[in-house]
Amino acid sequence: MRHALAQNIGLLRRMFASPLAGILNILVIGIALSLPAGMYVLLQNAESLIAQLSGTPQISLFLGMDAKADDIDKLQKQLEQHAAIAHVEFVARAQALEQLKQSTGLADVIGGLNQNPLPDAFIVYPKPSSAQALEALRNELAKLPKVEQAQLDSAWAYKLEAMLKFGRMVVLILASLLSLALVAVTFNTIRLQILTQRDEIEVAKLIGATNGFIRRPFLYFGATQGLLGGIMAWFIITISLLLLNHQLNALAQLYVSQFVLHSLSLGDSLTLLLFSMYLGWLGAWLSVARHLSQIKPH
Amino acid sequence: MIRFTQVHKRYPGGYQALKNVSFEIAAGEMVFLTGHSGAGKSTLLKLIAAIERPNLGSVLVNHQNVGALKERALPFLRRNLGIIFQDHKLLFDRNVFDNVMLPLQICGFDYRESNKRVRAALDKVGLLKREKSNPIELSGGEQQRLCIARAIVNRPAILLADEPTGNLDTGYAQEIMAIFKSFHQVGVTLLISTHDETVLQNNDVRVLALKQGELQTTSTGSGLTAATGSGQA
Repeated sequence: MRHALAQNIGLLRRMFASPLAGILNILVIGIALSLPAGMYVLLQNAESLIAQLSGTPQISLFLGMDAKADDIDKLQKQLEQHAAIAHVEFVARAQALEQLKQSTGLADVIGGLNQNPLPDAFIVYPKPSSAQALEALRNELAKLPKVEQAQLDSAWAYKLEAMLKFGRMVVLILASLLSLALVAVTFNTIRLQILTQRDEIEVAKLIGATNGFIRRPFLYFGATQGLLGGIMAWFIITISLLLLNHQLNALAQLYVSQFVLHSLSLGDSLTLLLFSMYLGWLGAWLSVARHLSQIKPH
Repeated sequence: MIRFTQVHKRYPGGYQALKNVSFEIAAGEMVFLTGHSGAGKSTLLKLIAAIERPNLGSVLVNHQNVGALKERALPFLRRNLGIIFQDHKLLFDRNVFDNVMLPLQICGFDYRESNKRVRAALDKVGLLKREKSNPIELSGGEQQRLCIARAIVNRPAILLADEPTGNLDTGYAQEIMAIFKSFHQVGVTLLISTHDETVLQNNDVRVLALKQGELQTTSTGSGLTAATGSGQA
């Protein structure tokens, strides 16, 4: 163990013998990783925002102005017995007007009206189902007697969801390509390392080093470089989000709301670090497998 | 310990380095390998360490057919050999101590014990005071002795030396020969190649003489005997 330690310390010492090259490599890896990982973070935030905004989808049924109380009762019973509906809430037109007055600053305008322009309405909470089923339910409810208009409130959420799916695919493609780049960077770095340590490898082979012994420090080097690149990416993302949040805060205040971008969770951070470490290791492994066999003692 | 049976070695370029070489070296023997440069001395030593492989014939080291060893078995063969290279093959990115430590690192030797062994080996060749130096600061003779220390730190049963006194003046050469003799006395098998006939005159040992890839004679000391092929002193 002590030997392995000494061997690796020696390796790290040589690695830091040219710190600029090492730092540049780590920076390249960090930036390459921070792009897909950063997009992933933004997507995560968008997803949680949508979940927060849409909650459960609802269908608003606006009734005709001529709907009488017993029409409404009949409709309510019908809706409550419907298999696809979880529960129903009735909003009387007077109540709706009151709400409108309170929630917006339009009290003056509304007070100037000589009659209530709002219809009676039902808010229907469907049982959880697909976008298509909800659309079908909306169509069905629109045909009920006395129903003027049926509006599926969460339609936009589904559209956004589809966009998110698209975004996720972009992240996946970007992540795959940049992972490949990371492997390539490590492959090349290790190739150069092997070339500069040709003498040492040759001597080690001559005095009985196994391939595993020779391979090990290069694999450690690749993994370490990958890990440091991952840490770099983590910092890039965290600092970028701090800067973005600062601006976002100013923006949100204009809308009298509170919105904060969340950074990588602990699990995601660990995944990022492990993944970048693995990619570094893989690049080193490929490079070592390719180049070590070319060094034959003579 | 080492047995060559009708060994032929031809390099890819077509150069025939060894022709029908047969001999045997018993355990604990000290044998000199002589011949002009290009006679095949280095090739013969490389065949023993499986750095090169014979085209024909067999090379047995410790009853193992070295020429047929699998690539992955080679490290374990080489750990039993101490090799002193003509061009030293020292590493200039580390100090004297770490150069000697390398074989023990490779074998995964106990760390505390290896420190002792490295110092013992350096003491043996008289370099204990230079352990912190970089090999580049050492004189030619000192570098040669460092190479010896690295070869023996593992306490191998067989020591191969390729022109160990090649570029040294007589004083240094005798020093190194004295070191080899002391290994011989503790039972190490030695095969030493040299083109320096003066070394042989002062030593009463067995000699394998190569000429253009062929084994000429087996002789003892400076007087040649007529025996060819395999034989033992």
